[in-house]
Amino acid sequence: MSVNVFVLLAMGGAVGFLSGMFGVGGGFLITPLLIFYNIPPAIAVATGANQVIASSFSGALAHFKRKSLDLKLGTVLLAGGIVGASLGVSVFAYLRRLGQLDLIVSLLYVAFLGVVGGLMLMESVRAIRRSRGGQTVTLRKPGQHNWIHRLPLKMRFRASKLFVSVIPVLALGAFIGFLASIMGVGGGFIMVPALIYLLKVPTNVVIGTSLFQIIFVAAFTTIIHSTANQTVDVVLAFLLMVGGVAGAQYGARVGQKLRGEQLRALLALLVLAVALRLGFDLFVRPESVYSLSPAGG
Amino acid sequence: MRFALFFALILLTSYSAVQAQDRIPENIQIGLSTDQVSITSDFSGAELTIFGALDNADPLIARQGRYDVIVVLEGPPRPVTVRKKTRVAGMWINTESVIFRDVPASYSMALTRAPQDITAPDGYRQLALGADNLHLQPLDADGDPKTIEEFTRALRERKEAEGLYSTRPGAVRFLSQSLFRASLRLAPNVAVGTHRARAFLFRNGMFLRETSAQLTIRKAGLEQRLYQFAHQNSMLYGILSVLIAIVTGWLGRLFFRKD
Repeated sequence: MSVNVFVLLAMGGAVGFLSGMFGVGGGFLITPLLIFYNIPPAIAVATGANQVIASSFSGALAHFKRKSLDLKLGTVLLAGGIVGASLGVSVFAYLRRLGQLDLIVSLLYVAFLGVVGGLMLMESVRAIRRSRGGQTVTLRKPGQHNWIHRLPLKMRFRASKLFVSVIPVLALGAFIGFLASIMGVGGGFIMVPALIYLLKVPTNVVIGTSLFQIIFVAAFTTIIHSTANQTVDVVLAFLLMVGGVAGAQYGARVGQKLRGEQLRALLALLVLAVALRLGFDLFVRPESVYSLSPAGG
Repeated sequence: MRFALFFALILLTSYSAVQAQDRIPENIQIGLSTDQVSITSDFSGAELTIFGALDNADPLIARQGRYDVIVVLEGPPRPVTVRKKTRVAGMWINTESVIFRDVPASYSMALTRAPQDITAPDGYRQLALGADNLHLQPLDADGDPKTIEEFTRALRERKEAEGLYSTRPGAVRFLSQSLFRASLRLAPNVAVGTHRARAFLFRNGMFLRETSAQLTIRKAGLEQRLYQFAHQNSMLYGILSVLIAIVTGWLGRLFFRKD
């Protein structure tokens, strides 16, 4: 495999810029970009997970200092995440043997990016309209409870001012861990909305907590992928990280100047574009219908 | 005078007699300038030159250009899965697959002339010479012969498309009557491992002799060490990858902190 160092640095930089601007990990962009760059999906996924650690660690440090991070909630999410990730890695290896990994990775990306992008776009367009009308919106409506808050085994999370059952927290963690290991993402783009809308975690601790647990899930995923599939390319990941951490800082500065809902609409469009491109590739007749891969590995 | 002519005649006849009966048979030898090729991470393919010599070549046949040489560089045998995509609900999905064992990772052939000008197709078949005559064996030999044939063809076709199987007529050149040079192409994605170079000598379309030499292709320097490390101590490799990521993230924050 021959790749260009500068292309990788630029790729990391561009994704880092976007991730800094929008406050997301960027794993969901790195993996598809690597696939577009003809890196085999198995390697793109595992290497993406490795790259996610660097950007999440960098981000979580900032939140840790500001104390906008719920360690207890993060730890419970993490416990679920580890279980989900272990399951995900075995499914990953199984799909790879079947020859269906590339398909499933693409389908998952198309589905998740499509849904998340679509929802975000709708929400942000609505917010832009509303702000034009002069109203302000709050995401959290205290006192409003859903079925999740009626489940047993309740636990108190002080930093989040939350008293909920551990079942949905563990389940959410496991679900994200599973996706993280198959898709090579941190899962922030699903975790953040889920924490806000499902568990009603206050917005100020959501990103920090999400980043905190992503570090560990991504680290766990990287080690397992490396052990089970030998698909982590540390040189590739390192180049992406270097570009990424540098790009993130500039992105963050630009992000502060843009308005929240406009920023979300832009990110939504970007997410939808990646989903469309991946989906498009599934429907186009491949250059050759035959493909070769090493057997038994 | 008469005596001298007689002597010359004897000399002439004895010379042709030696040529007809006791002539030492031709032999072929090849030499590689190195038995190891190291490829770096920016390897974009290379030309490999193999020199060789004919021993005891008949000058007459050599002058007429009726000696032909074929040099083959064969990559290490590996099991390969060939998959076929078909259209399912509008999407192209892998649906069928056949596993082949011991498929040479690469097969590049250099010849003095076009294959059909050297010897008949049967000759190639008997020697299992040429990508088309490689014996590719499916793991499950009891499969449908039609499917196996289709996938065998696809396997060759994909290998050719990737530049791993190639045939280059005219890539073997005689530098003198007995010395020749073959240039073979190493594809950018050449497999790491032990490759075998073989040279085949033909005279008037008849196969005479074969010789071989070995060549090890390996990844160089850091790349090689990382590759070995990732496969031998894969867990430690994973842990180190994580540590590198954490340090990079931490340094990134130190250098670029904004709060």
